[in-house]
Amino acid sequence: MLRYLGKRFLLILPTIFVPLILVFLLLRLSPGDPAGMMLGDQATPEQIAALRTQMGLDQPLLMQFLLWLKNIVTLNLGNSLFFREPVMQIIPRYAGVTILLTLVALTLAVAIGVTMGLISAMNRNKPIDRGVVATAVLGISPEFWFALLLIFIFSVTLRWFPVAGYNPPSAGVVAFAATIFLPALALGVRQSALMTRMMRSSMLDVLNEPYITTARAQGLPERTVIGRYAMRTAAMPVVTVVGLSAGYMLGGAVAIELIFALPGLGRLLVEAVGRRDYPLVEGGVLTIALVLAFLNLLIDVIYALVDPRIRYQ
Amino acid sequence: MTVIETTAPERLPGGDEAATFVTTNPTLWQRLLGNPTAMVSIAVLVLLSLSAILAPLLAPGNPMKVNPAERFIGPGAEYFFGTDNLGRDMFKMVLHGGRTSLLVGLVVTAVSMAIAVVLGAISGFYRQVDVVLMRLVDGLMAFPGIVLATAAAAILGPSMQTVITSLSIVLIAPSLRIVRGQVLVVRELQMIEAARAFGVPTLRLFTRYILPAVSSPILVQASFVFSAAVLGEAGLSFIGVGIGPKELSWGNALTEARNYITQAPWIVLFPGLALMLTILALNLLGDSLRDILDPRLARRR
Repeated sequence: MLRYLGKRFLLILPTIFVPLILVFLLLRLSPGDPAGMMLGDQATPEQIAALRTQMGLDQPLLMQFLLWLKNIVTLNLGNSLFFREPVMQIIPRYAGVTILLTLVALTLAVAIGVTMGLISAMNRNKPIDRGVVATAVLGISPEFWFALLLIFIFSVTLRWFPVAGYNPPSAGVVAFAATIFLPALALGVRQSALMTRMMRSSMLDVLNEPYITTARAQGLPERTVIGRYAMRTAAMPVVTVVGLSAGYMLGGAVAIELIFALPGLGRLLVEAVGRRDYPLVEGGVLTIALVLAFLNLLIDVIYALVDPRIRYQ
Repeated sequence: MTVIETTAPERLPGGDEAATFVTTNPTLWQRLLGNPTAMVSIAVLVLLSLSAILAPLLAPGNPMKVNPAERFIGPGAEYFFGTDNLGRDMFKMVLHGGRTSLLVGLVVTAVSMAIAVVLGAISGFYRQVDVVLMRLVDGLMAFPGIVLATAAAAILGPSMQTVITSLSIVLIAPSLRIVRGQVLVVRELQMIEAARAFGVPTLRLFTRYILPAVSSPILVQASFVFSAAVLGEAGLSFIGVGIGPKELSWGNALTEARNYITQAPWIVLFPGLALMLTILALNLLGDSLRDILDPRLARRR
């Protein structure tokens, strides 16, 4: 198990470093002086020079890279240019919202996807199956547009949910749920459509397996055959895509947080982009990469626990 | 399942008794004709492209022209899609916005697919390069592309070039993996071995033998990349780090619309519908192409 986990950990390192290195290269290789651009027109040459030294821009590229690498590994990301406080103090205030949003969205997506896929597969080619398949096709719509539709239907017309805003979990479960449900649903819809299609086709495959026929021939109740034998195997491919879905959602969360005015990482990132606050942008990218890496590692562990064969491959 | 029709066996002119049966494989187009989903998708895409190309003729005038006297007019005979918060004609905005959205999609698809094919071929042939490239692909694929493109916008400034550059980089990864996988399969074929034995140079081996053999998955992938690129541009422009406020695209048209959803839901509806129709058609086309080109992968029904 440990060896397996070590291997998975090594495979996850690119997920953290590839995006960061891209950002590093973009910043250093783009035309113009990053320090000058960061500080804007009013900056004095002394300020620019100071920032250049702080960022190590006066060093050769290789040295810059090593310096940057050291700072990343030690989580020393410098100060935000706008907030004038360390990036590592700002990010935790916003990251929680995004992580909660993604987790709720993932849960909703898996619940909807597995249920719909199951219903669909059990009623193959009946009207309900066709209905689910058709709805799943529509599920490819962009999440930000879906979010606007949800707001129009549930917040503006039916008035079931607030249009925007955020209550932290500390404000009470109901208050929190009221502000997180629509955003999470909007964020989860694309992935739930994907999972529905996957669950349906994998369930149809599994139902054709000889061991299911055996189970049925032995007179086991259908409930046991489906619930105990078929579903567990059929859900494996869905578990596999959860990691990929999480990555997708962390990206989609940017637009969703803007629409619903959630004080999350995505909104922080977009605002930092507007202010050319590079240390904060870099910190945001790093945080998202770390969250993703952690989630993927977690899924690997779950996977190995569910399916022992994985550990010995 | 698509029924693959073959033309009736025919006698070769002046044919002898033996080996006179020839079955011609139907062309891709013939097979598409037999697939209703594909035909509807193609029709929708042609219609959308035409309306974008002909936008200056169909809806003449500057789509960004502000007309405060006619704000928030509902869809009707005068304004098919209504007007927005600045009195701009939404019909015009959707038609003209499509020009940018589809153009970005097209360029990003062309650029990222071209790079993916070249890198995929190299990766499939040279193991040392493959190890490095695949780790890069892993890193790029797991990470949300939109976040990376957002970071790029911070550095390069929001513009059409930035959007095209960053989306192209992000979308190379999945295509590269698919091309590489195909190349790995094809390079083991006997015809490749034979060609090598004849001393065909590697470059020629690739263009003449491998590329044709991997063209089907590339075509399928291209339609999905196109849809991802259109979606990506819309998403980036929507959050304000896309093509910039002076340009018009479906995503940009939605940015402000979200503030007026109570008063004028139609300004959200129409750009969104155009966007969704495009993505839907591209995805369905990709699915049908996959069914047609690779019957083994045809979805179980």
